[in-house]
Amino acid sequence: MSSTGITRATLVKDLRLEWRSKDAINSMLFFALLVVVIFSFSFDPTAEESRRIAGGLVWVAFLFAAVVALNQTWARELRNQVLDAYRVSPAPANSLFLAKALGNFIFVAVLECLMTPLFIIFYNLRAIGPAYQLLIVAVLGTWALVVNGTFFAAMSLRTRSREIMLPLLLFPISIPALLAMVEATRSILTGEFSAKFWIVLLVAYDVVFTMASLFLFELVLHAE
Amino acid sequence: MKIIFPILCILTAALLSYGLYQALVVAPTEQTMGDVQRIFYYHVPSAWTAGVLFFVNFIASIAYLWRRNTKADALALAAAEVGVVFCTIVLVTGPIWARPVWGIWWTWDLRLTLTLVCWLIFVSYLFLRRFSSSGQTPVIAAVLAIFGTLDIPLVYFSIWFFRTQHPQPVMGNGGSIDPRMLHAFFINLIAFTCFGALVCWSRYRLEVLRRQVEETQALESLLEVRSSR
Repeated sequence: MSSTGITRATLVKDLRLEWRSKDAINSMLFFALLVVVIFSFSFDPTAEESRRIAGGLVWVAFLFAAVVALNQTWARELRNQVLDAYRVSPAPANSLFLAKALGNFIFVAVLECLMTPLFIIFYNLRAIGPAYQLLIVAVLGTWALVVNGTFFAAMSLRTRSREIMLPLLLFPISIPALLAMVEATRSILTGEFSAKFWIVLLVAYDVVFTMASLFLFELVLHAE
Repeated sequence: MKIIFPILCILTAALLSYGLYQALVVAPTEQTMGDVQRIFYYHVPSAWTAGVLFFVNFIASIAYLWRRNTKADALALAAAEVGVVFCTIVLVTGPIWARPVWGIWWTWDLRLTLTLVCWLIFVSYLFLRRFSSSGQTPVIAAVLAIFGTLDIPLVYFSIWFFRTQHPQPVMGNGGSIDPRMLHAFFINLIAFTCFGALVCWSRYRLEVLRRQVEETQALESLLEVRSSR
């Protein structure tokens, strides 16, 4: 079986599991909804103000919700020793990693598609800058969160209280990506300055950490 | 090696006390900021030492992944721990200086934020080491160190986009710095580098010994089980 074949098979398996149980997506959706509601209680912004802070709110909500899904990615494989089976199988580790990262990307993207209309309604959002750039920022930003998140979730499998460990590892490393996403979203919503620099930074972040993950994942998977 | 350690101890003690004398007595008081400027003789050398130690951590982590030498791993741990301590000194002395001079404790400027993010990354590294008790800890910790180091240039560029408020480095642009100030500064820079190396070395020795003790105890308990049968 080719490595793309293995990636596709693992991805399809994960999507099918998720389609049948809907564990990750339901808990993520409800979690993000709670964050939106609590944020709108804690401050009551005008349309002008909300444009400035919405970038931060949206991405923090998505980041927290993504951690919920990321924590389940590998934990699911611990049952019945599936992960050990992966380790002894001759399948390349990177195709497994890519399948997991793509699966998480799809989950978080679905979450974003469902939650964005809610944000627009609750915070009266309307982009003054070029709105198509929001799509670029969303794709690049989601990948930035998910690629490192999948990697660190695999790392935190080996630790005590791994559900707490993942955000402790993921958040500090994600600071530049998060800053880029928040600032790019703010610049597009307010139309005050160009988002180009932040998009370039996100591309650099994605490239650097995708390469690093692919390079080092085998070590983490086979660490004994 | 056993002779170098006490020599380094004495050298560090002498340099630190000479540096203290230079910074507090010999160096003239700065015109606009007053005596609070003297914190600079400790702030910048600490930052330098923390940076060097974080770099040592990165190199030792790569060395561990390359050769699987447990001593490299012990060095990486020691460098990260001591580096976090020096980084904390930087983050504490900075606001003490900034409050009277800038009028604010903290600002989200380039160097401050970069230092804070470095501190956060290495604290998360120490958390990982603390929470992971299995035999794979060195590998995943080394991988995290590499990720953290890759992250630092990205943090730099992301914050560089904001306007920077931190005083620009004043060395080498022909400004009117009293040579006694420079002298005090460089003495303290060397003293703190020696001090950082000394503490890191002691911590490294301690870690290596601790591992030897653990191994010996494990072996002994194995032998006991066997002899009691």
